[in-house]
This record gives sequence, structure tokens and C-alpha cells, in this order.
Amino acid sequence: MRNEVGELPGVPLTEKDVLHKKVLSTEWDPKLKWAWDTGIGYGRYLNELKKGRIVGSKCNKCKRVLLPARAFCELCFRQVDEWVHLKDTGTVNTFSIAYTDWVARRIKEPRIPAMIEIDGSGGVAILHLLGAVDPKQVRVGLRVKAVWKPESQREGAITDILHWLPMGEG
Amino acid sequence: MALDSCGMTLDGIDCVVMGTAPDAFDMIHMKGENLIDGAGAWRKPYMRGFVGGGTGVFVVDQGWYHVASGLFDTCLVVAEEKMSSCLPHPQGAFITIWDQFTESPLGPSLLWMFAMEMTRYMHVHGITEREIAMVSVKNKKNAMDHPAAQLPAEITVEDVLNSEVMAWPVKRLDVSPSSDGAVALVLAAEPAAKRITDKPVWIEGVGWCLDTFYIGHRDLYYPRYVEYAARQAYEMAGINEPSKEIDIAEPYDPFDYKELHNAEGLLLCGKGEAPKLLADGVTQRTGRQPWCPSGGALGVGNAIAATGTMKVAELFWQLRGEAGKRQVPGKPRRGVAQAWGDELQVGTVIVVGI
Repeated sequence: MRNEVGELPGVPLTEKDVLHKKVLSTEWDPKLKWAWDTGIGYGRYLNELKKGRIVGSKCNKCKRVLLPARAFCELCFRQVDEWVHLKDTGTVNTFSIAYTDWVARRIKEPRIPAMIEIDGSGGVAILHLLGAVDPKQVRVGLRVKAVWKPESQREGAITDILHWLPMGEG
Repeated sequence: MALDSCGMTLDGIDCVVMGTAPDAFDMIHMKGENLIDGAGAWRKPYMRGFVGGGTGVFVVDQGWYHVASGLFDTCLVVAEEKMSSCLPHPQGAFITIWDQFTESPLGPSLLWMFAMEMTRYMHVHGITEREIAMVSVKNKKNAMDHPAAQLPAEITVEDVLNSEVMAWPVKRLDVSPSSDGAVALVLAAEPAAKRITDKPVWIEGVGWCLDTFYIGHRDLYYPRYVEYAARQAYEMAGINEPSKEIDIAEPYDPFDYKELHNAEGLLLCGKGEAPKLLADGVTQRTGRQPWCPSGGALGVGNAIAATGTMKVAELFWQLRGEAGKRQVPGKPRRGVAQAWGDELQVGTVIVVGI
């Protein structure tokens, strides 16, 4: 027994080991669901998305716009003061051209996640995806506009924005 | 191995600190409890620490304050990760770490987020993929001399640049592998340490800091939370000029750009200057201030919560002159190790010296 435990023991598992049933594996669908309370800030943010609008909240102490809209300012640790309607246009702050998905599977058509600084927010960015764009055209500083789902299909979710489209140079 | 190396048994251990990252890797909820026996902690004061990828250094900080508080004379720090349990790929375990309303529905991965951080870092300073690739070349080569290395290799910058694009600008050889691994350290209060060994390595400073969860409020080009953590540790250690007073650094390198990004946060050079130090050979094992002489996450492997602890173990061996083929010349006296993680928001730092 002791001899089987070498100086640096350890055996990594591979998907083949599981396929060929060489190791014990468990597949378990617990069928649980989670229902989250959005709270006041996110609730308003998601409801406004349903209307095709982006809303932030503002802290009048530090003068920051908070995005996504939140009920409290984490910097001043106080309640925010007002809602601020922002444009559905912005500037790409950074991006990636992703050939792998959320579970690291290869994908042929790249997805292009970007941090987009929303106009009127003072440079605050949200995570979203660029769409219908040549990857070669994407750069930091690219001006983009939201492409919304048809109103009837919106459900008060971040995915009510289909993707962001370049506005054209200039 | 850690207990053997200092001639101790579990009887001499007063408490245990365990580092292990997301439960979702193993799908064993509360796995700290599950791991207690293997960590040697049964019927002892036991605590699990977890700050994502920052865990590996944080648990040593945590072990330090267990002892420094005066409550315990000795503390065994154990850190582990087994990522190969999670199929088809442990990356999938991260889908629930993002904001559940505004981010997760977009299907992001850590690769995407780190790729965007790398893009921002390159853009702000005008740094190229080629300059960054040299980190991977250096660390994988350093790992050739590490007995537990997973991906030691002699590769070229061209190999990195030509490797498969995962999420541009991140290519296959820019990123560390999924790994299984474990590390253990024994910490002791000064009187106990002097009984255990005549070559103690002292923890001189600790620091950790988390930035806001709201990632759109941060400029990803610079890890300011790493700087705050480093300043805390340097102040405790009495370090004024880390670029001169630190002999060896083990910044966290899950991606090649991260070594540079984190080294800047550690104030080892100015913002955007890390690629120049790398190009000038300063950070090679034989350079003025070696970075990741262990081989780092890129070469040794990235068993998430264990990686930072591996870096602290490397400093222990280096400062005692016991690093074998990896030994940094010139009798190094002081080192800094750092880990990073959560939602690109945590920096954990430790300064050790002899």
C-alpha cells in the first residue's frame, strides 16, 4: 500500500476515463430553481430594459452614475439620490474575440464580448456582446449602438439587448 | 511532506487552515468540511479560507494571523485543488460567479474576462502580444527544474504567438492549464520556530484587498487592489522601495500578461514598465529580480487555491538555499508572493525573509 503512494502522488481524470467507466462518476440534475429578488435598483434597471432604455442611478455625494442601477453607492455607503436615463450608445473600452464558450468548447463563429462605456455615464462600462461585426473591425474606442429585441419579445433581462452594432466611423 | 521536513507530527500542530476554491469544481458543497481529515485537522481548530484564485496566498496570511494573534503556537496551512473532476471542463464551474442578472445570461467565461483585461492592458500602454509571450517562454522553462511541474517546456515566442486562439488576445500558450495539486506549509510562532529549525523563514508582511464587484466601474488596465494589498504588506515589512528591496517575486501568472500586470500592482516597477524588465532579462532566474523562478502557474500548473501557496513554498526553498536546480544565485534574503482572483478583484500578498 505504502509503495503505491509515491513521492508526488496524484492522478488527473480525463473525459475518456469517464466514458470508459474507469472511474466513478456522478451525473445529477438536482432540479432546483432559484428565484432572486432584484431589489429596487436592479428591478428598475431590468424594467427599463424592457422599455428599450438604459437607466443608471446617481449618488449626489460623489456625483457618480452607478451602472447597472443600484440602490446604494458602495463608495459613499449611502442610498443613491436619483435615476438617470442614459443613451443606448457607447464606446468599446475593451473586448475579446472569443473562439471558446462558457465551458471552454470551441466555437466556429467567434463571440465578441466587450466592456462598453455607456454615453452619459461618465465612463462606466457594462458587459455585453458586439454583433453583426467583422472581428477585424473591432477596436478599443469603437462607437457602438444597442440593437434591441422587438418589444413583444423583451422580458426585462440584459438579453433584451440582442447585441451592439458599430455606428460607423466618425 | 511539510511535517516530515520539519520533523513534526500532527500532535505538534495547534490549528489548521485549509485553502480550496469553488465547491463547483468537485460538486461537493462545503468541501472544506469534506477535506478536513486529509488536511490533518480532525478535532482541531480548523478554518477554510476562500477568495477565488487569491486563496493560495490568503490562506498563508490567514495562518499567520492565527499564530500572530497569540492564540496558537503552530498552524498547518494546507491548500488543494482538483480541477480534473469537473467535466467537460472546469471553466463551466464559473458560470455562476458573475452577476446573475446582468452578466451570467450573456454566457461569459473567465477566459473572456481575462482576455478583455489583457486587451485593455495592451491598449493603454501600447504593449504587444509578442512582448507578453516571453513570460510564458520564461516560466515554462523555469518549470523544467521543478519536480512537480505539469507543463514544463522549452518553447519560443513564435510557438506562443502561433498557438490556437482561445479568446483573442489569449492564445493556448498564454494560459495556464487546469491542474490538480496540493501544498502544505507549517507556520510557527517565534519561540516554537526556533525549537523546530535553525533556519526559519519569517513572514514579514501580509496584505489583502478586494475591489468592487461592479467590474464596469474599474479600469482593467491596472490592478489597484493588488497595489493596496502590497502596500499593506510592505508597510508591515518596512519596505519602502520594493523594486530594490525584494530579491525574488512570485506574482500570480495564470496568464502570461498577469505576471506583468500583477508585478506592476506589486510596485516592482512603474505602470506599463514590466515588459521592459522582462525584455532586459531582469526577471530571469539569473536576473536582478527573478519573477516566478518556480515556473509559476504557467509551468508548474494552476491548481487554483494551491498555486499561491506553491509560490510561498518556492520562496521558502529559495531563501533557505534549498531550491536545487531552481536556486536563484546571490543568496536571496527577501521575497514577495502574490495571488489574484475572484471576479478580477482580489489581491493577496505575503512578504517573507530571513
